[in-house]
Amino acid sequence: MTRLATTFARTASENRAALVAFVTAGDPSPAHTPAILDAIVAGGADVIELGMPFTDPMADGPAIQAANLRALAAGLRTADVLAIATGFRQRHPDVPLVLMGYANPMLSRGPEWFAQAAAKAGVDGVICVDIPAEEDAALGPALRAAGIDPVRLATPTTDTARLPAVLAGASGFLYYVSVAGITGMQQAATGSIEEAVARLKAGTDLPVAVGFGVRTPEQAAAVARVADGVVVGSAIVDALAKAGGDPEAGRALVAGLAAAVREARMGVAA
Amino acid sequence: MAQASRDDVSTSLDTNGYGAKRHHVMTLANSLRSQPDAQGHFGEFGGRYVAETLMPLVLALDAEYRAAKQDPAFAAELAGLMTHYVGRPSPLYYAERLTETLRATAPAGMGPKIYFKREELNHTGAHKINNCIGQILLAIRMGKTRIIAETGAGQHGVATATVAARFGLPCTIFMGAKDVERQQPNVFRMKLLGAEVTPVTSGAQTLKDAMNEALRDWVANVHDTFYIIGTAAGPHPYPELVRDFQSVIGTEAKAQILEAEGRLPDLLVASVGGGSNAIGLFHPFLDDEGVEMLGIEAAGKGMHTAEHAASLSGGRPGVLHGNRTYLLQDEDGQISEAHSISAGLDYPGIGPEHSWLHEIGRVRYEGVTDMEALDAFQLCCRTEGIIPALECAHAIAGLAHRVHEYRADQIVILNLSGRGDKDIFTVADALGAKI
Repeated sequence: MTRLATTFARTASENRAALVAFVTAGDPSPAHTPAILDAIVAGGADVIELGMPFTDPMADGPAIQAANLRALAAGLRTADVLAIATGFRQRHPDVPLVLMGYANPMLSRGPEWFAQAAAKAGVDGVICVDIPAEEDAALGPALRAAGIDPVRLATPTTDTARLPAVLAGASGFLYYVSVAGITGMQQAATGSIEEAVARLKAGTDLPVAVGFGVRTPEQAAAVARVADGVVVGSAIVDALAKAGGDPEAGRALVAGLAAAVREARMGVAA
Repeated sequence: MAQASRDDVSTSLDTNGYGAKRHHVMTLANSLRSQPDAQGHFGEFGGRYVAETLMPLVLALDAEYRAAKQDPAFAAELAGLMTHYVGRPSPLYYAERLTETLRATAPAGMGPKIYFKREELNHTGAHKINNCIGQILLAIRMGKTRIIAETGAGQHGVATATVAARFGLPCTIFMGAKDVERQQPNVFRMKLLGAEVTPVTSGAQTLKDAMNEALRDWVANVHDTFYIIGTAAGPHPYPELVRDFQSVIGTEAKAQILEAEGRLPDLLVASVGGGSNAIGLFHPFLDDEGVEMLGIEAAGKGMHTAEHAASLSGGRPGVLHGNRTYLLQDEDGQISEAHSISAGLDYPGIGPEHSWLHEIGRVRYEGVTDMEALDAFQLCCRTEGIIPALECAHAIAGLAHRVHEYRADQIVILNLSGRGDKDIFTVADALGAKI
């Protein structure tokens, strides 16, 4: 089993959702990121999503946009992202690591180069925001050949007719973007999330993780009651930015989120 | 069949009908005019590289566009607006004094006859309106009630605000904060037309950032909002439909040159930023083998510097803003800032069809610097009594480089895609004049 499959199986067996924590690589500088990742794992994150900075992050709200630009201004290169992943894998042999970013940096040296370099660095999955199912040929085959899960996004606009196309070729987990919008916006109503997760799970055996707009322990708990995973991004990026990249700020926030996720289904019938 | 229906839209004003009928027969075999494929690919370029949230809408737009192309009522409404609101057809004008002036720089017997396709005489002063009229009709067909657009110098913003006012739809224009500073007259024009202008403070605060912000707005408002993209780029079907709406330029020019000269031109010249005015002129001629085409990119401060906007000459293929195309970027795929004295050419990418035409060699693309464009700007003012947009001044300069290669009995059509009133402050500044 892959690290992602093992992790989601374990959290399911513990009757809880997995906490997926997002951090932008290289923010505020490449040297900061390894300690931040360690702190977030120590705080209780089950899966790490490492953002690959891009000059034009058009699906991101202000928090992650700014983090992207800070990282690039600090000199972050693709080689640094891969080195951060390699170091993380050595220190955390069992924690899944997923790269999230945009097509152009991933395709710049060719999809095979990227997929093989990411695999060598110990990356488990890749989320590419601007490669929808229709353009899978641009990156998907190279990732699969390298043993990396291409994680697909589903959104409130993904209707039932379109869902099979989105699910075809998806692996690792399915990332449900709970609001039609950019990262860091308002959370969707819990009821609509529950309904959407049920609809997605009717079409796939993959775990379904829900993100966009999840900021507080209360919001995380609400999502954790109905989904297999909870993704928190902008809130962590914000907390780290306010603390100048101090890992402790990330650890403290993630610890609160992790506790909420672990307790979410207590007293709720499994 | 798709080709025939495409012609129905793009040649709705072609009373001659020559181009459409002739091409309909030719293109059944093997045509350069049959791109893109159903997935929006021009060779390896184009496509639909957008977030999943936008995919259903992009697919719906594609379906609506196919339906509109089959609908005689759509073609009739478009044609009526083009005639009575935009003021089409635009004249094809023999630029006699420019011809003579450039001919004087060439060896004896050389220096072609130069015609201008006068797109600067359109309502709002540029070719941009052709596309905006077509897109807002699609928006209305789709039941969308709000319009958004990006703009650099403000020309596309003004054209979009114009059609939004004409059809009574609220409109938000995203414009880089730096461009808002530099282009106050156009900002005020857009406001007069009832548009809301939102300064974009992210990134470099110029056109590409305005496009990022428009995409962010669109993804959050897909249910009611139509995004009028200003050039022949973006996710499929935008490059195709913008090209089709702009192809009225080439279709008219073809009929007009046949009437004036009894034959097709030897060379077409147009400036290329995103490339909508160029593809609009070129596309109806792509299968006419004897017609050469020259696209002029902005070489800014020179191709030996990093300060240019020549995606084909100085970039390489990548993915941005919904399509795969040539981009200015570093080895990691981070997008570089473009530079041109012409705000309309100041973009680090180019429409995907141009990338394809470049790779197959059908169109030749060359760069012209800020200084060369400034010289050509003044030359056009003084020889023709026409103040051209700085974009078109690039095309004139590019042609000036090549006049010695064409005989005096050969014919050139240059797309004078916009008027230069908007540029007088920039030009004054560059020439050290105070106004």
